[in-house]
Amino acid sequence: MAKAAETPPDTLLDKDTALRLFRMMALIRRFEERTEEQYTRARIGGYCHLAIGEEASTVGAIDALEPGDCLYASYRDHGTALAVGSEPVAVMAELFGKETGVAHGRGGSMHLMDVQRRFFGGWGIVGAHLPIATGTALALSYRDLPNAVLCQFGDGAVETGSFHEALNLAGVWDLPIVFQIINNQYGMGTSVEQSSAEPDLWRRAAAYRMHGERIDGNDVLAVREATARLMGIARRERRPALLETITYRFRGHSVADAGKVYRSAEEIESWRKRDPITRFGLHCSERGLLEQDEIDQVWSDVAAEVKSAIDEALGAAFPDPDTLYEHVYGDSAWREQFSRMRAGAPFGERGEERTWQT
Amino acid sequence: MAIKTYLQAISDGLREEMRRDQRVFLIGEDIGVYGGAFKVTQGFQQEFGEDRVIDSPLSETAITGACTGAALMGMRPVCEMQFSDFVSCAFDQLVTVAAKQHYRVGTPVPIVVRLPSGGGFSGGPFHSQNPEGFFAHCPGLKIACPATPADAKGLILSAIRDPNPVLYFEHKHLYRRIKGEVPDGDTAVEFGKARVHQEGSDLSIITYGAMVYTAEEAAKAAAEQDGTSVEIIDLRTITPWDREAVLASVAKTSKVIVLHEDTHTSGFGAEIAATIAEEAFETLDAPVMRITAPDTPVPFSPPLEKAYLPQPGDVLAGIERLAAY
Ligand SMILES: Cc1ncc(C[n+]2csc(CCOP(=O)(O)OP(=O)(O)O)c2C)c(N)n1
Ligand SMILES: [Mg+2]
Repeated sequence: MAKAAETPPDTLLDKDTALRLFRMMALIRRFEERTEEQYTRARIGGYCHLAIGEEASTVGAIDALEPGDCLYASYRDHGTALAVGSEPVAVMAELFGKETGVAHGRGGSMHLMDVQRRFFGGWGIVGAHLPIATGTALALSYRDLPNAVLCQFGDGAVETGSFHEALNLAGVWDLPIVFQIINNQYGMGTSVEQSSAEPDLWRRAAAYRMHGERIDGNDVLAVREATARLMGIARRERRPALLETITYRFRGHSVADAGKVYRSAEEIESWRKRDPITRFGLHCSERGLLEQDEIDQVWSDVAAEVKSAIDEALGAAFPDPDTLYEHVYGDSAWREQFSRMRAGAPFGERGEERTWQT
Repeated sequence: MAIKTYLQAISDGLREEMRRDQRVFLIGEDIGVYGGAFKVTQGFQQEFGEDRVIDSPLSETAITGACTGAALMGMRPVCEMQFSDFVSCAFDQLVTVAAKQHYRVGTPVPIVVRLPSGGGFSGGPFHSQNPEGFFAHCPGLKIACPATPADAKGLILSAIRDPNPVLYFEHKHLYRRIKGEVPDGDTAVEFGKARVHQEGSDLSIITYGAMVYTAEEAAKAAAEQDGTSVEIIDLRTITPWDREAVLASVAKTSKVIVLHEDTHTSGFGAEIAATIAEEAFETLDAPVMRITAPDTPVPFSPPLEKAYLPQPGDVLAGIERLAAY
């Protein structure tokens, strides 16, 4: 069983990639900070879970996807949607419950998705999506497609029965899937040590004779390298893997949780010092890949982008209550059903033929 | 007698029973250090220790199964699903195992599953449901759905003492919104005994849980509008449910609305309506009317969720329609 891979030499990193990764992490950070503010202003209902601090684990992995790969994620999914390229305005509109949201206001914060980009969703029932992602990998395999599935979930999901059943299926059927544990070290207020008899979560792969690996999840390049490598093996050799990326959520479990009862101030502070965005910015400027003024420019660009997303989403319409009964069932004309969706919104309707369905 | 919130009443009931009976212990996700997702068990771990307030991994199947196994050894475990929606992960343990254990083996299964349920604050499709109907269909389980703080306490006490598996639905929207008098001390409320929430003579509303208050608002509006006198029957428990109280009320008013927040088709209201049709057909002056959530998932978007949940206006419209008979 291999353990921690070395961070690859950054000679591999070009300026465009550096800028893309930095920009996406900055966009997510800014988006989430403003989301928190919108929530406290009661523009967002229900629950609001931020992944501030975990950007590298999300962005590094998703950046390693190739066209045709499929993605599943947990409910802490604002960054996931942005990283796959969903429009910030459509994501914000979903948080506001607007008709133009990525799920037409039916799902909310925990259930973002973008089927056209093969992001099959954030999932509010912890662990539920692992078997589903496995089934998607089965379909890729069945249809002999050259792609693989990336399935992200938290450390808490590892304790569900679904984790075991999904990994076992993937192992026994040789499915093209990478299971990524975004280990932020707590499931709500319960630490990994408290909830897992084997706190080295990556070691669980051994039970399925699967490759397991733990890496620094706050190092966007390490995450990108490991994901690219394991997804490559999954695509080419139909071998699943378990990748554990160690990270930390700076905020509470949800906006309603201060996040301080079950962890110490020192612990939080020590992780803030390992902020993945600051760290990557430094990495890039030390190597002359990004100048300070470019970094500043990114921050002001993403701030403007998020602001306009908020403004536009605020102006969008709520769903018409008369549509309450719509969408519950599909029918034999389901393909056409997708045309009911608006451009820029979720189920993949931008006029493109969804050829992969056939 | 003190005024308490619904949430405090549940908390008090649990605490008092834990003090009284050493066999009672709690298992759930984040119920200890965190104090529970809704803070029902805040401070419990300090008082009772980690052995009796057990923070569990995210494992609903194992939590429920472990409660059953411990109950077979004479313990009285109370577990919490963080949201009632997640009980689907424990369906097999409840429906296949716990519900049939006594019938099959003769061993009682005195477990309680606490289930924060219901919508009204944009929880979306997986954090707002009222899944009592699934379980009401299953012989061997008991189901409580308290509406008032006094019943919240009284029914949790009875639930823990009951020798059968009990699903205890606590409506999230009542937690801090509803306050009421809670008698001091050991005030267990018997299962299967409905409560007349308000007396009336023109029409009966049969309901439970949060919809008691929706009925109350509608009844108030009807009374103000034209003096219609509505009787509200709060079932308190749906397995067993108080047929006598329902039939007596229908005999008195001869018009009836069955109201619940769960979805329509095969909701528990169908059982009530069918029973009224079978047993009280001759006393009826109008068809039995059901007012429920529609047969759709619970939408996230606030205006859609409002349209989804039965509102006082919907109930008032129902009252007016039945008045025409
Ligand atoms: C089946 C199920 N049980 C419980 C919950 C409630 N819940 C939501 S998130 C969470 C913790 C999840 O922890 P983890 O998987 O580590 O993800 P993180 O929150 O750290 O991103 C819990 C207990 C749920 N949504 N689904
Ligand atoms: Mg976690």
